[in-house]
Amino acid sequence: MKQLLILSGKGGTGKTTVASAFIKLAGAKAYADCDVDAPNLHLVMKHKSDVKKTDYMGLPKAAIDPCLCRGCGICMTNCRFDAIRYSEENGYSVDLFACEGCSVCEALCPAHAVSMNPAAAGELRLYRNDSVFSTAQLKMGSGTSGKLVTEVKNQLKEAAEGIDLAIIDGSPGIGCPVIASLSGVDMVLIVAEPSISGISDMERIINTADKFQVKTAVCINKYNTNLLNSEKIIRYCQKHNIPYSGRIPYDKKAIEAINNGLSIVEIDCSSGEAVKSVYRNTIKLLEGGTLC
Amino acid sequence: MKIAVLSGKGGTGKTLVSVNLAFVAGHSVYIDCDVEEPNGHLFFKPRDVKTDNVSVLIPSVDEKVCKGCRKCVDFCKFNALAYIKNRLYVFDEICHSCGGCILLCPRNALSETPRKIGAVKKGISDQVAVITGVLNPGEASGVPIIKSLLDSCDADAPYIFIDCPPGSACIVMESIKDADYCVLVAEPTIFGVHNLAMVHELVRIFEKPHGVILNKCFDGFNPAEQFCLDNKIRILGKIPFNNELGSANSDAKIVSKEINAYHELFSGLLTAIRQEAQHEAITNT
Amino acid sequence: MKIAIPVEDASMDTTICISFGRTPYFLIYDTESKDAKFISNSAAASQGGAGIKAAQTIIDHQAEALLTPRCGENAAEVFRAANIRIYQTNGNLLKHNLQAFEKGELSLLNEIHPGLHNHGGR
Repeated sequence: MKQLLILSGKGGTGKTTVASAFIKLAGAKAYADCDVDAPNLHLVMKHKSDVKKTDYMGLPKAAIDPCLCRGCGICMTNCRFDAIRYSEENGYSVDLFACEGCSVCEALCPAHAVSMNPAAAGELRLYRNDSVFSTAQLKMGSGTSGKLVTEVKNQLKEAAEGIDLAIIDGSPGIGCPVIASLSGVDMVLIVAEPSISGISDMERIINTADKFQVKTAVCINKYNTNLLNSEKIIRYCQKHNIPYSGRIPYDKKAIEAINNGLSIVEIDCSSGEAVKSVYRNTIKLLEGGTLC
Repeated sequence: MKIAVLSGKGGTGKTLVSVNLAFVAGHSVYIDCDVEEPNGHLFFKPRDVKTDNVSVLIPSVDEKVCKGCRKCVDFCKFNALAYIKNRLYVFDEICHSCGGCILLCPRNALSETPRKIGAVKKGISDQVAVITGVLNPGEASGVPIIKSLLDSCDADAPYIFIDCPPGSACIVMESIKDADYCVLVAEPTIFGVHNLAMVHELVRIFEKPHGVILNKCFDGFNPAEQFCLDNKIRILGKIPFNNELGSANSDAKIVSKEINAYHELFSGLLTAIRQEAQHEAITNT
Repeated sequence: MKIAIPVEDASMDTTICISFGRTPYFLIYDTESKDAKFISNSAAASQGGAGIKAAQTIIDHQAEALLTPRCGENAAEVFRAANIRIYQTNGNLLKHNLQAFEKGELSLLNEIHPGLHNHGGR
């Protein structure tokens, strides 16, 4: 199964808008949303099938038994994450949002009052009918480990055996979840935005993806909001030999489409027209061709 | 007063809002907590920038003392240690700096050494102290940088604006911990509303007084506005979608500095925030 | 000598698992005695550092070589330190790869991919 990953560096450039358009154009039978912190793809890909939900377990979190606790405070003194607090009414207790599950408190407690309990850090969701859609929601405040992203991809791979193309909507940033989503993909398409912030973030994500030696291409979304910056992006791609897949104009109708749960290629609009050639160019590159 | 600006979804306008509020406030502090992709400094272009590295503590072993009991390897919940051919190996990026292995070593063979994960850069732009956090690519957690950022600011300034990272993960929680008031920036799309709901939940859990700024507004149905009305969330103000604004912003210009109308708009928003925050403070005492 | 291979099931008819760190089982196979032992991989459930923990398990079972489709930097670092050679598997059948190894047909793994955190240990 070939995997195409859509990244951006900066948030809000249009990854999900482009990903959903690609999924529709390709008639893709397998797709995933790896932005587990703030997943959005499901709002446009309105899957009608039942969803299989699985708890994603993070590291176990500490809990203090008030009956056993002697109030010595050794746990609080040694907790590096400020996860243990003290109050008159409740004595020593654990802040579950701050607890990282290192279990130092359990190891040090002289009264054996601390236990490490399983904690769900998120929920995996799998939709299946004639296509497979894998996504997840990270629980608020959880550490953004790449592991949940890896589980989303594994869930997709298992359910999508025999399908030849998977389109993966990635997450913003350059951290663990992005790196986990990069593992094993055949190509990355970076959706860039022609703003100084967008260009700065685009460069950081290109550097990050580079370490994985994965085929990378760039497209520009909302290009007409700043033509000079759009030119800068094209020149950057030429200078660094990064294939340029094309550009999409800013389009108010795109918002209308999205707000009605439709992808931009399902209505008649300028961004929908433009994304078709970006799609064709990207698939050409994915299949080993070159762009002139 | 510490004001955190967050949004859930990326690209809604956190930096636009926090940078411009800091500018119109005059003598203020702007802290960029989006350590993976910090952008505020591109607008402020601060001068006299001083950089302080941020390090975390990683265990290091005295091989003469270590006898290979492997208590540390077995204890480490993050699998950051391995014992191979009579030598202890530490995997830096995986270590969460919990200090457990050092405490538990029966022979005191482990000590802690600092490892650089990023930096805090402090500079000045007009009257605004600009503090930017940067996380080195490949690092697991930006939380230690946030801690360093929030510790390093000038507590005397009347206004401190915290530009938060997108999402609602632990790094966002760390960013809003000390805030007196939270400003949620929303865009008029269903994506925006979905993520707004998440950060709204977050600020409620943390019992932070909060209000919403509706950005990129245009005529027609605004799902974010509806969400606020349905959930009785205070709307602080609206920023209309405007090509001139978008264009200036995309060139990293501080719009309230360049265009009078925006100076007025953001001053009005700042007043609304100040009034809301003071009102909350009074009703809560 | 003993060799280790990440596999999907505890059976000789199984396939090779693509993720070394999170494979459900390892086969520890003695090429001389033909003894085959399947061990469950406790690292599969780890939040992070799975490759390191899995590598430690293999070392503790005295394996001298590893057969795997891919290997991350952290685990590779562990193997380098332990002088364990890593061979690249060919196709996904266990039996096929064991035969190929014994005939000397498998080559050493050249491309070590970055771990989730991009660097190895000290």
